[in-house]
Order: sequence, then C-alpha cells, then structure tokens
Amino acid sequence: MIAYIVKRLGLALLVALAVSALAFFLIRLSGDVATAIAGEGARQEDLDIIRQTYGLDRPLVVQYLSWLWQTLRGDFGTSIYFKTDVSSLVLAKLPVTLLLGLTSLLFALVISIPLGVLAAVYSNSWIDRLALGVAVVGQALPNFFFALCLVMLFSITLRWLPVSGSSTWLHFVMPTIALGYYVAPAFMRLIRAGMIEVLSADYIRTARAKGLPARTVIFKHALRNAVVPVVALTAVQLGFLLGGSVVIETIFALDGLGYLAYQSITYKDFPVMQVIVLLLSVIYVLLTLASDIANAWLDPRIRVA
Amino acid sequence: MTDTILDVRGLSVDIATAGGVLHAVRDISLKVERGKTLCVVGESGCGKSMTSLAIMDLLPKGARRSAAALSFAGEDLSRAPGKRFNALRGNRMAMIFQEPMTALNPAYTIGDQLAEPYRLHRGASAAQARDRAVYLLDKVGIASPAERLGQYPHQLSGGLRQRVMIAMALMCEPELLIADEPTTALDVTIQAQILRLLADLQKEFGVAIMLITHDLGVVARIADRVAVMYAGQVVEEGPAAALFSDPRHPYTRGLLDCIPVPGRTARGGRLGAIPGVVPSLVGEVHGCSFRDRCPHARPVCAEDPPAREVDGHRWRCILEKAA
Repeated sequence: MIAYIVKRLGLALLVALAVSALAFFLIRLSGDVATAIAGEGARQEDLDIIRQTYGLDRPLVVQYLSWLWQTLRGDFGTSIYFKTDVSSLVLAKLPVTLLLGLTSLLFALVISIPLGVLAAVYSNSWIDRLALGVAVVGQALPNFFFALCLVMLFSITLRWLPVSGSSTWLHFVMPTIALGYYVAPAFMRLIRAGMIEVLSADYIRTARAKGLPARTVIFKHALRNAVVPVVALTAVQLGFLLGGSVVIETIFALDGLGYLAYQSITYKDFPVMQVIVLLLSVIYVLLTLASDIANAWLDPRIRVA
Repeated sequence: MTDTILDVRGLSVDIATAGGVLHAVRDISLKVERGKTLCVVGESGCGKSMTSLAIMDLLPKGARRSAAALSFAGEDLSRAPGKRFNALRGNRMAMIFQEPMTALNPAYTIGDQLAEPYRLHRGASAAQARDRAVYLLDKVGIASPAERLGQYPHQLSGGLRQRVMIAMALMCEPELLIADEPTTALDVTIQAQILRLLADLQKEFGVAIMLITHDLGVVARIADRVAVMYAGQVVEEGPAAALFSDPRHPYTRGLLDCIPVPGRTARGGRLGAIPGVVPSLVGEVHGCSFRDRCPHARPVCAEDPPAREVDGHRWRCILEKAA
C-alpha cells in the first residue's frame, strides 16, 4: 500500500509540472501581457519599458522557468488589476470556492446514491423512471439557466433566500443546489449501472444465502463494490465543479475563486489567471490521487497493481 | 417423523419468459434424512439448481415457487415469509455454490465474511466469531487458518475458496447443507479432496447433505439416496445401492450406460449415449417427457406415466421391471 501511494505521488508531481507549463504557455497565447498592463493604444516606448521591467523580452522558456522558480518559492507575483499580492488575493477567495465545491459534491452524492440504489433495486419500475427523469433534466439543463430558475423561485417569488453575496450560509444554498444538481446525474447513472451489475453477482447470492437482511446485502455487499468507479468519477466531477463554479459564483456574486477567475479574465490579469489555473489543476491532481488511494482501499485487488 | 430434516412435496418452479411460462421444476417430491446424503443428478437444465434455490428461497427474479409442502425440521415453510427464511438461511440450512471463484465478495476479507453469519445468527462477539472461523478453517483443511482471516478472496485458489465457502456454511452448525455442484469448477484432484472433506464433515458434525451433481462417479461414492431428475421432474428416486444395481427408469439406465467402467467397457468400443435432446418445458407439458428419446416408448407414454414404488425405490414409468 505504501509503495502504491509513493508511486502515485510521483506521477501526480509530474502531472502538476506539465500542467504548470501548459497553463503558462496557453495564457501567453491568449494575449500580450505588456498590452494588458499598459492598456489599449499605448505607445511603443511604454510597451518596451514594461517588457523590460517585467522581463517579458526574454525567451518564453526562460520566462516560464523563472516564473516556476518564483512560484515554487511561494512568490506568486502581483496582480495587474488589483495591484495586490496574488497569493493573499487567491488565499482569501479559496475557502469560499472549496466550501462551495464540497457542499455541492455532498449535495450531489446525497441525492444520487439513494436514487441510484433505488433505481437499481427496483429497475424498470416507476422509481427507476422517475430517477431517470431527474437525471435527464439535470444533464440537459444548462446550469446557469437552472440557477436563474432557482433565483426566480426562492428569491423573487418565495423570498426565502438572498439573491447574491457570500456573507451567510443562506447565500450558499442556491449555488450548492445549482452546482450539485449539475454533477449528480453522472453519479446516479453510474451507481445504478454498477448496482444492477453487482446485484446479479454470485457473491450477492452468497450473502443472501447467509440469511443477511436485504439492507445489509444492498448496502454492505453490493454498494461497496458498485461504488469503486464512483470514487474515480468523483475526482473528475470535482474538476467540473471547480470549472462550473466560475459560472455559478459569477451568477450569485459569490466571492470565491471562480468569480475572481472571471474578473481576471475580463481585466486580462495574467498573473492572477495563471495562479488560479495552476491552483485548480493542482487541487484536481491531488483529488485524483486521493481517489486512487481510496479506490485501493475499497478494492483490495488494485493494491498489488 | 423426527429423522427427516427436509421433506419437499409437490414443488414446482415456474419462470416467466418472453416465450411463455417455463416449467423448470414440475411437481417434485424429495426427502433428506438427518445426517444422510441425498444426491440429485441429471443433465444441465433439468431443474436441479432451481430445486435447490427454491428450497432456500433464493430463486432469481421472475421465478416463482409453489409447493404442497416444504417442510424443514418439521416446520412447513411453503408459505413462510422471506424473514423466516432469513432466520434459517446460513443458520440451520446453508448452501455452497458451483462457482467458488465468484461466490465470495472481493471487497471483504475471508475473516469478515466467515464471521458474518455467526455474528448475525448467534449474536456472537467479533472474538468469538474469529475463534469459530479459525476452528472451521482448520477443519476444512486450510493451513495456518489464523493468517488466512486477513486475506482477500483473490489471494486464494479455487480449491481454497471452496473450502472457505464450506467453512462459512458450517459456521452456525446447520442441520442441512445444500451443495450445488460444488466441485464442477475445480480440478479433478481438488474435486476428490472436496468430496472427501464433505463426507468427513458429515460424519463429524452429522449434517444432512443435499448434493446436486451431474457426476455419477461422485454419487456412487457418497450418496445414501439418489434422485434422478429429467426435464424438471424426479423420474426415479431410491437408495443408492438399489438405484445403481437395479435402475428402473430407462433414463437412469441410459445415464449409467454413459459411464465407462474399467474391465466392462470394451476397449475401443463406443460409450453409451442417449439420443435426442431434452424437450422444451415452455407451455403445457403432458405425458412422459423422456418418451421422444426412450427406446421403450409406446403410444401410452403420451399420457402421464404411473408412479411406482418398491421398497422405498420410486420411479415414474409404464415399465414395472428394469428395461
């Protein structure tokens, strides 16, 4: 198990490094940093001065390496638009996004696991069809549209929840539902498919032959085996959640990393963009690592691989 | 009768299929005496497995059981609710299956799976269940049993897994053990070991065994009584010795002719084979179902054959004496 974790950790480091390079070069491709700093229509001399000051006249590879070196030392540079330290800016917003990601994931799992299990146990019944309907709607509806529907219902018609902001937990309710419902269908379908397969396995018959009650058979013997691919999917879905949080945070003016990403793109704030992309990627890589380890724990056969 | 552990009368299993109702098991009656072995033989698809699953109330979705009586240790279970079966299964009646490779849950250790029925039915502590598991793993011939408890099924060979399954079935000292082709998926040498093990365990614990098999060699070695099934019916049933020396039903005779016997079967000669195929059991089935393949068939076989019995040896055929 230890050897397995070390191996995975090494791989994760390599992936993070590759992502940092991609993030750097892709963002450079999207526009000129000097123009962004100086503003549209700046004079050529000003641009040259800026290029020299920020070291933008050096070859791109050298720029990347120096940026990487600084980043590794914890120096994330200064925001062009906010004129403050990028690290303090990002660190201030990170908790909001992590909290939203976590609550949305929990919300997604809380509705998709019972629905998926029920749909599998009572497959082809009305429960199965209802669950399928819930999933199809969730998958087909763009999340910004669903978010606006929620605002119409809960904020404007019922006046239960605040429209925007992030000061109280009430502000997180609608973003959580909007974002969670966006990723829940994939979980639900996977759990249903997995459970249907597992429930016809020989070892389920063995479990029943032991006289175990139905709930033990379903939740102990079946779900544990059906949930293995779900753990892998969780990492992927968290990526979607982080991506989706850009849209959802912007709609609800939730003061998190997604909203900051939106602002930094609008104002061509390259240092901030770079750090956000890198940070989200590293979080994603770490989550994948965590899911691999969780899978190894759930399915003992993976440990030897 | 106190010495009968299982008394099945008029058991039928119907399976709903796209083509109509499949009568997988048709009105069969079986008895297993305490501490004795009943072997149920027949070719694939004759309803042997469905019979055992019906007795355990483990039939798959879409299969329906009906029985005049399904009496276990004197208690009629033919109309008992699922809860009653849950209390008996893994406790007083246990079952082992054909596929040891897939019959254990890959996500839990051997120890956990062994402990489960003992803790559930006996309310035993983890430590008690562990001791019992070690004791039984040792009984089924597994070396260093204590270390095995922490292992997962994929770390064990097929033979070892079947031994674990047997140990698991014996955790609560069942009065009846149903073994559905327990050696079919194993190597020949392992088959012999497992069968010897079952026979030894029966002697030691006095458990009654209902062994489902299509291997007549196995039957000859361990059966007290034999039931021969064909197309969902028991066509002949009786003491093993009588059935082997004096088979009354043409199908039983055909089966015995299929086995090569050293010294009796001519070298280079052809083994016996039963021509034809098993009839479809979808829809209404009348008359003797073996008549299409029977060398003694006559027009009267289109009607249901009479049930005959001599000294506890029962068969269903128009023929009174061995053919």
